Amino acid sequence: MSEKRTGAQVMCEALIRNGVEVMFGIPGGAIMPFYYAMWEYRDKLRHVLCRHEQGAGHAAEGYARATGRLGVCIGTSGPGATNLVTAIADAMMDSTPILAITGQVGSHVLGKDAFQETDITGITMPITKHNYLVKRAEDLPYVFEEAIYIATTGRPGPVLIDVTKDAQQATIVPDWNIKLDLPGYKPNYRPNLKQVREAIKLILSAKKPLIIAGHGIIMSGAVDELRAFAERTRIPVITTLHGIGAFPEDHPLSIGMPGMHGWVHVNRAIQECDVLFNIGGRFDDRVTGKASTFAPNAKVIHVDIDPSEIGKNVKVTVPIVADARLALQAFLNEFPPDREAFAELHSHASDWMEHIREMQAKHQPKQQYLNRADTEKMSLPPHDVYAALTKALNSRGNYRVVTDVGQHQMWAAQLIDWYRPRTHITSGGAGTMGFAVPAALGVAIACPNDTVWVICGDGGFQMTNQEMATIVQEGIKNVKIAVINNGYLGMVRQWQELFENKRYSGTPLSGPDFAKLAEAYYWKGITVEHTSQVEAAIEEAYETDGPVLIDFRVEREVNVFPMVPQNKSISEMILESPHKS
Amino acid sequence: MKKHTIVALVQDRPGVLSRVVGLIRRRGFNIESLAVGHSETPGVSRMTIVVEWEDVEQVVKQLYRLIEVLKVSDVTNDPIVEREMALMKLHAPPAKRPEIVALTEVFDAKIIDVGANTMVIEMTGSPAKVQNFIDVIRPYGIKEMMRTGRIAMVRGARGHTAEEFVESANGHAERVPAMN
Ligand SMILES: Cc1ncc(C[n+]2csc(CCOP(=O)(O)OP(=O)(O)O)c2C)c(N)n1
Ligand SMILES: [Mg+2]
Repeated sequence: MSEKRTGAQVMCEALIRNGVEVMFGIPGGAIMPFYYAMWEYRDKLRHVLCRHEQGAGHAAEGYARATGRLGVCIGTSGPGATNLVTAIADAMMDSTPILAITGQVGSHVLGKDAFQETDITGITMPITKHNYLVKRAEDLPYVFEEAIYIATTGRPGPVLIDVTKDAQQATIVPDWNIKLDLPGYKPNYRPNLKQVREAIKLILSAKKPLIIAGHGIIMSGAVDELRAFAERTRIPVITTLHGIGAFPEDHPLSIGMPGMHGWVHVNRAIQECDVLFNIGGRFDDRVTGKASTFAPNAKVIHVDIDPSEIGKNVKVTVPIVADARLALQAFLNEFPPDREAFAELHSHASDWMEHIREMQAKHQPKQQYLNRADTEKMSLPPHDVYAALTKALNSRGNYRVVTDVGQHQMWAAQLIDWYRPRTHITSGGAGTMGFAVPAALGVAIACPNDTVWVICGDGGFQMTNQEMATIVQEGIKNVKIAVINNGYLGMVRQWQELFENKRYSGTPLSGPDFAKLAEAYYWKGITVEHTSQVEAAIEEAYETDGPVLIDFRVEREVNVFPMVPQNKSISEMILESPHKS
Repeated sequence: MKKHTIVALVQDRPGVLSRVVGLIRRRGFNIESLAVGHSETPGVSRMTIVVEWEDVEQVVKQLYRLIEVLKVSDVTNDPIVEREMALMKLHAPPAKRPEIVALTEVFDAKIIDVGANTMVIEMTGSPAKVQNFIDVIRPYGIKEMMRTGRIAMVRGARGHTAEEFVESANGHAERVPAMN
């Protein structure tokens, strides 16, 4: 039987009905009725008090990215809502399903510049998949149902619901008999089989085929299907930054990451390939470089759930609008049953792979900078941190790694061995510095049995590190932070070194003693200044029953290579610094 | 750059106009005209947008990302009828009136108000004809003018109706759960 409820109670019940268990937020005047109601539901609906709404937003993203489930964040009206904006934009760029709930001033003063009034639905219109302003409690059951449905289906994304204070306070008898009315929203999951057969023909006739595996593989849960597809066809597999973990890097068909900081052999292979099969990637400009010069010889097959991604940056021969998993299943079903049909493809693919491995042998070790003479002179080259961390992750297992934005992020993508989906979580599309620490809070809550490593720069760390207090207040022990501390906004400094004649304008950066800061937050803090201390520090982090920060004071001016300069063809890779120190 | 006429069917919900306009604004295109109103089906509005665009196809696809957008077509090269209305208040002292009346008759325009020294004229027609009339009448002195922007409709049986979308609104798209 439906009983009387306040709007705020309806909001809580709508969340519970939709399987929400955790929310990240900060209260304030306009959202207080919701907080008042939430207290009654606290057994089912855990609220995590963050230190900044941006942190709440990234925590919701981390939770969503680690699990594929909806992440929820909350802010009050005005500044609370605007503080969420960066995380919402980040979620939009990375197709992350989050629900942002904001309080709004009373409906009778809407638009009158009331205290803490901001037009948050107006502000977030271009950075949400959809948003709502709710002025009547009666509308809440429907709006929450629709909002969550939109956030989590099709191409996932952020949805915001702005609820006026009076709508939260009003008492109604909620109508839970909800029938969604969305004639304009019908994501297409199942592939067109005619297109699939067309694509198969193209693939079977290829001499130099490649697969690009993107975020869509992970979001749709298509890892097994991708593996079956690759093994059946023996086509080499590239994983994009967000495709990391979609295909195990120790698999004989894995060749690595493409793009701006991708490997030479991968970018060269793309430039040479004749059929490029992109599943669930969106040909971001960090992948394609100058798009008009990308994969000049390739016929492109593009599988994406979002029709507006197909043909946006790269010309496509066979477009397939579908869920990546269902598309790959269709390919596997539609493949000719006889082994013979693949004989020619397999023989070409094996020559092709041999050629790619030759290029790799020539270029990759040097790019990793592990054997270079000048790294030997350094007391702590950043690469040594990654080598030790990789070893620890592999031997201990059960890990998630959350990276921030900058050089440390690219090194993590390049130098750690990645095997499983949702183990590598980063801000890709928006490149939001300050993402990692709060996102790790969400990941740690979602994955209590994993060790959650944050890899961040000294710049990004200083943007959002206050969530270390949240982590302690929540009793979370499974977060370990590695600050790759180079005393610079390193990635910008690298561009200045390479393209602006070493004019280090606005990039040298100081900070507090990070280990002491950690101690002030009741974390364990460790400082590492020499390669010889790295392994022991990581060991200590693992052995400590609680959150730990390691301040890795690495060599200051090391670059990420290879690199494709912005808006250049991916054929034009820089392999080392032209300036010799 | 070519001028394009886009016809869109949208659900009539608050904010939908903002969303459509915002998406076009984001790309830095100027909207030449935009007309919105009810369609034949309750709850569904029809928009006609005229804009200078290079890659219309991409923008049309992106418009589909909006939840309330039901159908979008670039009808620039389709057989369409287009109409626009203009209201203009003219400086019309008694001596000039006979000439103005004659011109309105030639163009099939209507005089809908006459004041001491002014006349209000309504001109409806194809956008080119409306423009022609304005050019001819301008020398008399236009004190105020308001144009509706064009509305367009595809000729014949083809085209798009709002009904088909409303009917299929039951049973929304299947939900394929993400797997881990
Ligand atoms: C919020 C935000 N501001 C500015 C930038 C531009 N930016 C990209 S990388 C970078 C440097 C990051 O420095 P740090 O966090 O120390 O990482 P490092 O590159 O040194 O590893 C900057 C400033 C950004 N991506 N995000
Ligand atoms: Mg730095």
